[in-house]
Amino acid sequence: MNSNYNNTFLQEPPRTKMLDRLWAFQHTKGYISDADVTMLAKEYDISEVEVEGVISFYHFFHRKPAGKYTIYVNKSMTSQIKGFNRIIEAFERETNARVGSVDPTGTFGLFLTPCIGLSDHEPAALINFYPFTNLNSLKIREIITRLKEGVPVQEICDEPEQHIQFTPALKGSIFFTKFKIGSAISKLATLEPKGVIKSLRETKLSGRGGAFYPTWMKWQAAVDEDNFPKVVICNADEGEPGTFKDRVLMQNSPESMIEGMIVCAFTIGASFGLIYLRAEYTWLKDRIEKVLENYRKKGLLGENCGGITDFNFDIRIQVGAGSYVCGEETALIESAEGKRGEPRTRWFYPVQKGYLQQPTVVNNVETFCAVARILNIGTEKYLEFGVPQSGGTKVISVSGDCKKPGIYEIEWGTTLKELLDLCGAEDPYYIQESGPSGTVVTPDEEEVPIAMFSEFYNKQHIRCGGAITIFNKSRDIIDILLNYADFYKQEACGICTPCRAGNFIIERKLERFKNGLANQDDVKDLQDWSLLMRTTSRCGLGKTATNSLMNALEKFGDYFEQHVHVNDKSKSLKFDLEEATRDFEQFRN
Amino acid sequence: MAKHVNITIDGRNILAKEGRNLVDVAKENGFFIPSLCYFDHIDPPLGTCRTCTCKINGKHGPACTEKVREGMTVEINDNELKDIRKAIVEMMFAEGNHFCPSCEKSGNCDLQHMGYEMGIAISRFPHLFKDRLIDYNAKRMVMEHNRCIKCMRCVVDVKTDDNKQVFSYQNRGNETYVGIDYEQEAKLTHEQAIHAMNICPTGAIMVRGESLGKPFGERKFDQFSTRPDYYDSAVKSNNNKKKPKPKTIATVSLAGCFGCHMSLLDIDTNLLDLVELISFDKSPLTDIKNFTKQCDVGIVEGGCCNEENVETLRAFREKCDLLVAVGECAIWGGLPAMRNTMPLGECLEEAFLNCVTSEPGNTVIPYHEDLPKMLDRVYACNEVVKIDYFIPGCPPDAQHIWKAVRNLLWDENYSVLYSEFKYD
Repeated sequence: MNSNYNNTFLQEPPRTKMLDRLWAFQHTKGYISDADVTMLAKEYDISEVEVEGVISFYHFFHRKPAGKYTIYVNKSMTSQIKGFNRIIEAFERETNARVGSVDPTGTFGLFLTPCIGLSDHEPAALINFYPFTNLNSLKIREIITRLKEGVPVQEICDEPEQHIQFTPALKGSIFFTKFKIGSAISKLATLEPKGVIKSLRETKLSGRGGAFYPTWMKWQAAVDEDNFPKVVICNADEGEPGTFKDRVLMQNSPESMIEGMIVCAFTIGASFGLIYLRAEYTWLKDRIEKVLENYRKKGLLGENCGGITDFNFDIRIQVGAGSYVCGEETALIESAEGKRGEPRTRWFYPVQKGYLQQPTVVNNVETFCAVARILNIGTEKYLEFGVPQSGGTKVISVSGDCKKPGIYEIEWGTTLKELLDLCGAEDPYYIQESGPSGTVVTPDEEEVPIAMFSEFYNKQHIRCGGAITIFNKSRDIIDILLNYADFYKQEACGICTPCRAGNFIIERKLERFKNGLANQDDVKDLQDWSLLMRTTSRCGLGKTATNSLMNALEKFGDYFEQHVHVNDKSKSLKFDLEEATRDFEQFRN
Repeated sequence: MAKHVNITIDGRNILAKEGRNLVDVAKENGFFIPSLCYFDHIDPPLGTCRTCTCKINGKHGPACTEKVREGMTVEINDNELKDIRKAIVEMMFAEGNHFCPSCEKSGNCDLQHMGYEMGIAISRFPHLFKDRLIDYNAKRMVMEHNRCIKCMRCVVDVKTDDNKQVFSYQNRGNETYVGIDYEQEAKLTHEQAIHAMNICPTGAIMVRGESLGKPFGERKFDQFSTRPDYYDSAVKSNNNKKKPKPKTIATVSLAGCFGCHMSLLDIDTNLLDLVELISFDKSPLTDIKNFTKQCDVGIVEGGCCNEENVETLRAFREKCDLLVAVGECAIWGGLPAMRNTMPLGECLEEAFLNCVTSEPGNTVIPYHEDLPKMLDRVYACNEVVKIDYFIPGCPPDAQHIWKAVRNLLWDENYSVLYSEFKYD
């Protein structure tokens, strides 16, 4: 009935299984051995150095034993303000392992990792990739004791609460109502691809990962490609520190995400789907697999999907292995292909040549959920929410210095003040919107609405990708910025100069501020260099890595003025001679 | 036949074949676009080094990942863009450990060449001095990770006959380096190995026994600029010399070798002009130990490796109106900064306790109140005081010093020749 379909089967080359294979080694042995590397190189007919390159790109893969129990403590800024140092101390004391290493008996490995998507439960950690939340010294003692007694990790881990703190009171929720299986798919036969695109166009749905590219345009571009098979990828690599909305959406209604993908496949004529799930959410994998299995049983996935003749579509889950940059769509595709997660150049767009060089649509979890919900409730009902130009609701993860961290489903157009009041923000001072790569908002901007498009307001708006992290006045801005700089320094893919070297250089410069050595020229340098990284970096990571810094310099000028030395006439610079000679002092007889 | 399209580069209309790479088109039409990772036969282009950043239809982006298309407007040479490109090359110098005077590739190095063409005397960024290894494990090749700029050329272009990668990126972020596969490396033919060394834009890939060595002056990038507009921006000498006023100069060598002072004496007969017009105050040339008066110009050679260097440099800053950093050591640490990638303790132990000439059981690391304390690393002069002018080189060319001195003393405009601007 539809010329859209083409059942060319997507033959995934063996190498696409690389990450899964590496995970199997890592999970069973706690590390990847030399023999494993040799074996994989032989199997895929590639050089060993290429296999090593893939392994070393992902920080959850280890080439040395990482303990029977591998503990990853979140080191993000939210964790830092909720007692990170005490937690580390407790883990070191109880396990006898030091950060970055394994205890002498080889039982516990203690490592740090950036945000694990549990910012509303900090301090939190993953042990063998099972979540442990709201940690304190006592709880850690108990956990480690139980583990030593041989209790399986999955039996004592926590089930992270969803913390859905707010949904629109009168109109009800778009995202957090019970989703009836098949309810969106059942609309497809009458809507046809054109109807789906029309609905998306009417609702102005745009990419909820934070880039806000109009979803209908992306899908239309994929429809226009006549190269089959086509691919649908769900980006569940929610790495932006402070963001956990996709986790909650997947906990709450994975069905809506899956159905959104099926709708997309139907629309663009795709036969293959892939959910790229970040390794930090490994604990969600089995649940999603179960849902997928259920869909297959009900005939909603597989051949003649949803009873639509010749519409064949299935989904596999690819678990990542610890890399923030893989949230960038082209890096994600590279990673799913079993390679290093290096972003591609924009020589081709994914809708032209994406996964395995086939036309590919990559959308965020929330976008797919929204698609299913829109089909489910209809565009009219959807547009009752929000404001003109920005219809619908937005799921926002709120964390940091507030009484009620958690998920807030707000209508577009809600002001920041309303949100801050809802979550019980405590003396907000430095409000990080959309994570470190977003923008910094000050309490002075409280009246600014959170919206997608500014045309309507003709003035400022906050286009929030999914996180609001609140810091109060007792938090030091330099500490926040240093935490972010360290994050980007480690998470850059490493292939373009301005991002690889730039983040490192910015960190060194910020250390001068921390050590009280900075002067006014250093402020100017930070401004210039941030701009340089923004204009010249290869992908979004480098372009946005200094956003928080640039905003801080612009909006918290007073703070920096207090932290720098005024340039004086002497032309002598601050130089800490005592610090510089400290190393030598150890040779005093 | 391919279609031709009209594009505009810096306001000039150019007819070019549709779909060709913008870097090539710009270069063929006499525009200087620095590029390091780009080379012609890799598709899609790498876009890793970002030194060819320009403005395409009003948006910043690298020229190498652009295909020429109808109506394209490109800006290459406005001041902002020139500065951006310069900054990126400076960033590479700050990120790696590039000790040109001790590098086999010096004179034939693309990175160094870009530095010369853009007149980079000093990197605006702090040198990172990250500890990097040199990998001698491969049979034929040596991987000098200190020099690698991670351009990706070798990763994509050097393959064995059965199409296996010899090089691959390892790690990520600031820990990224290019790893070499020993097994695959052994399978390369001699020609393939030489090709790997040659496509490396720096001296990171070296093939044992294959010397790149040529005498100074005969190396690839020694004599002439390849940049069509090299002298357009430089200021020509002006003839209306002001009446010279006698001036006072002070000089010092901190953590240096006095080579720069030697180079200063290399100005030959010009010295005769100089002696009549200037007097030297504190300087090893006069052996005057302490400043006797305020000086017009201070010439500093060498960086700061101990606390005495810091004090001397501060005194120079106070006593000299203008301060000139002469030579690589003064500018960013130079050869003495080779120790900056390792802890001071290790250096001292190696030098005083474990060296071949030390007598076992009878060695000590010198520490005395009369001895200046060593610093944890070698610091560049501009990390301690502000420096007004930088003259690169190891040692700098005598003519460059002479021109700079004349400018500082008598406001004489000048242009430094390409051949006078070197890092080794």
